[in-house]
Amino acid sequence: MPTTDLAIDVDHLVTHYGPRKILDDISFQARQGEIMVIMGGSGSGKSTLLRHLLGLHQPTSGSIKLLGKDITRLSADEMYDLRKNMGVAFQGGALFNSMTVGENVELPLREHTKLDENTMRIMSRMKLEVVNLAGFESLMPSELSGGMIKRAALARAIVMDPRLLFFDEPSAGLDPVVSAELDDLILILRDAMNMTIVVVTHELESAFKIADRITVLDQGRILMSDTVAAVRASDNPRIQSLLNRTPRNEAINPEEYMERLTREIS
Amino acid sequence: MRGKQVDIQIEFRTPYMVVRLSGDVDLHSSPSAREVILDCLKKKMPLLIDLSAVSYMDSSGVASLVEGYQAARKQGMDFALVAVAQPAMNVLKLARLDKVFPIHASLDDVV
Repeated sequence: MPTTDLAIDVDHLVTHYGPRKILDDISFQARQGEIMVIMGGSGSGKSTLLRHLLGLHQPTSGSIKLLGKDITRLSADEMYDLRKNMGVAFQGGALFNSMTVGENVELPLREHTKLDENTMRIMSRMKLEVVNLAGFESLMPSELSGGMIKRAALARAIVMDPRLLFFDEPSAGLDPVVSAELDDLILILRDAMNMTIVVVTHELESAFKIADRITVLDQGRILMSDTVAAVRASDNPRIQSLLNRTPRNEAINPEEYMERLTREIS
Repeated sequence: MRGKQVDIQIEFRTPYMVVRLSGDVDLHSSPSAREVILDCLKKKMPLLIDLSAVSYMDSSGVASLVEGYQAARKQGMDFALVAVAQPAMNVLKLARLDKVFPIHASLDDVV
């Protein structure tokens, strides 16, 4: 893959929470205009990887290049500038409860631009149209359903037309119809804006529908990073177990198990 | 910001005033485009916005067009987009505004 074409380039990323290694030697790339789905079961390290991609944590080692810039080495000011090209839709929406939907969506424009009031209002309403929340700008987040909160969060994430969009668990907690609508919206955004979109999910159906490529995480390591067809055809037992929803039956190492139970807390 | 500066040219093609936008119409350059469009409308002439040479347009650029169109409608004046380049059309379609603006394939179709 030519490096100039890369929107995201993660190289040998290792991260810890305290002494516990969470991500182990993670490397993957995403091109401009590509939807990369990060998949894995609970505790696989997906959310930790996302938090590092957003620059919220400093890794133990390795590099994370976004739009050609290694975010592990950027100053606060440089990271601030780079974030103007990044949109994030958090799993729970992370809307400000004291602000209306419209104010929430306008917030990045107020923080980062000096656009005219009318321009900002039209831009935020356009994005509410895009996510099918037209006319809801005066409501408070507490008056929205779960699916509407996700869509409002997406509208806020794309209001600046970012080159990189990160979407954490778009389908979680939604009914299948609303979930499918969000998937369609993600595809439309990629096609219309040539956005690079990273979607973290454990929903197989959604992943297969929207992904250009899938990175499968398991216990902090990458099992595979490849096309949808290649992931489907993989004979890796852990990937098959994820695809077939079979429970993990890991062999127990008695020594390690006892050590975990009896190790003194320092 | 994508890199190419916006270039704004105005010409008269009776009875129209034509505003030709070229390059990137983004968060940095759209305020200039907005100002020119709203100023032209004050001249009370029907307005055509030629978007054939737009290499990139973001939502702020589209918002400026929306504001211009709304101002023209209030004054009962003609306002249309002409030769919309694909990058601009993609953003218009995203918000289904391609169904809202009067759009002509080329300047020759209108004048």
